Amino acid sequence: MRRYSGFALVREAMRGHKGWGQQWSSPEPKKEYDVIIVGAGGHGLATAYYLAKEHGITNIAVLEKGWLGGGNTGRNTTIIRSNYLYDESAGLYDHAVKLWENLSQDLNYNVMYSPRGVMMLAHNVHDVQVFKRHIHANRLNGVDNEWLTPEAAKEYCPPLNISQSARYPVMGAALQRRGGTARHDAVAWGYARAASDRGVHVIQNCEVTGVRRGGNGQVTGVETSRGFIGAKKVGVVAAGHTSVIMEMADVRMPLESFPLQALVSEPVKPCFPCVVMSNTVHAYISQSDKGELVIGAGTDQYTSYSQTGGLHIIQHTLDAICEMFPMFTRMKMLRSWGGIVDVTPDRSPIIAKTPVSGLYVNCGWGTGGFKATPGSGHVFAHTIANDNPHRINTAYTIERFNSGRLIDEAAAAAVAH
Amino acid sequence: MIIKCPHCGPRDLAEFSYHGDATLTRPDPASTDRDAWNAYVYDRTNPAGDHREYWQHSGGCRRHVVVSRNTLTHAITDVRFAGERK
Repeated sequence: MRRYSGFALVREAMRGHKGWGQQWSSPEPKKEYDVIIVGAGGHGLATAYYLAKEHGITNIAVLEKGWLGGGNTGRNTTIIRSNYLYDESAGLYDHAVKLWENLSQDLNYNVMYSPRGVMMLAHNVHDVQVFKRHIHANRLNGVDNEWLTPEAAKEYCPPLNISQSARYPVMGAALQRRGGTARHDAVAWGYARAASDRGVHVIQNCEVTGVRRGGNGQVTGVETSRGFIGAKKVGVVAAGHTSVIMEMADVRMPLESFPLQALVSEPVKPCFPCVVMSNTVHAYISQSDKGELVIGAGTDQYTSYSQTGGLHIIQHTLDAICEMFPMFTRMKMLRSWGGIVDVTPDRSPIIAKTPVSGLYVNCGWGTGGFKATPGSGHVFAHTIANDNPHRINTAYTIERFNSGRLIDEAAAAAVAH
Repeated sequence: MIIKCPHCGPRDLAEFSYHGDATLTRPDPASTDRDAWNAYVYDRTNPAGDHREYWQHSGGCRRHVVVSRNTLTHAITDVRFAGERK
């Protein structure tokens, strides 16, 4: 792998940038692999990378029906935080934040992780109580989170409207300073490049159409649009399409797929210093390094695989943004898009073995999977390599819905559901 | 998306509330079969394609309807009152 550095940049600048080469190879699929990962988004590529790096398994293919990082990895609002309520969540999401902190160095790829702070606004007494409970729970788990008065919130984020005449006045905020954003495409590309360098095959335009199983039920490989590919183990990391893939192996999942929309404004000079979220008025916002305001909201109410959502959802979101930040009322919006998110009944992911031997699943990230990308890949790689979960994802099973041991983070999601 | 309510006629999506999968059958209320209840409460086919689902015309006649809708195209092929079995 060509190492990226300041020196390499200067050298290439002198040579007309002709020596950079391909970031990852695009090999023809082999007949058989030790592990096949279905889905080359951030989570799938991270899984392959950590399998190769930490478990010495390099005979891996990552199959992608479209292009690399073209699903929800390219369709989210890039927010990173770990201020979830329950111990299991704190373990998982803070594991990810710790990996984010050194990810650019680890991958030799600038993922532009920017811990600019994530501020969640409280607009009523219930919000205040819930956020304070979160802050205490977080601090007991060693996750930073602090309470701000409206004035302190305004000081941290000057565009914020804390007027008492606002439709939903700000009564305070919870601030996680280690939270922030990262560059979504760079995460997929960085993991693909680093995994490819360790011998992983990243195969795009290769749709999985079936899961083949042997006489004892054990997975033996997958049927694809480019023929059968054998594998001892298959990890499904297919986000919104997980139910469809899992049905090929006769596993019914506790998942529903919904469209989640986001939008960006025209690019403007730096004016918005952090990430602000509000569950009550239903919106979240940050500014990308390119200058666009990145805005998101809740899912549409009905299930869909169409990657589009209703216009009234976006209008509702922008109403909320304009109320909180009156200076944005005249901004023009450039693009909106939808991603298909797979939502579990308790809004926590499933990272687990399945009833089918050799088949593993990492899904159910719902509206907030991007933040967990490194941690998710790391513990899923452990689960596949050892045929046993990592300490951190032990609780994230499919069977938890049957046993009643839910990790009920519905109230802790980015927006109310 | 326009949903053609059997009582009110064609109305905008915003008038309706989504109430989920209509293909499931509730186990006998006296049943203590945990797997059957788990399947009913949590597991979903979640198809990419044709789906039958409950909606309520909450901003109109407030009747519950069963909508046959394609989750890939959002094309609606049938709307009938809930309780009218196919």
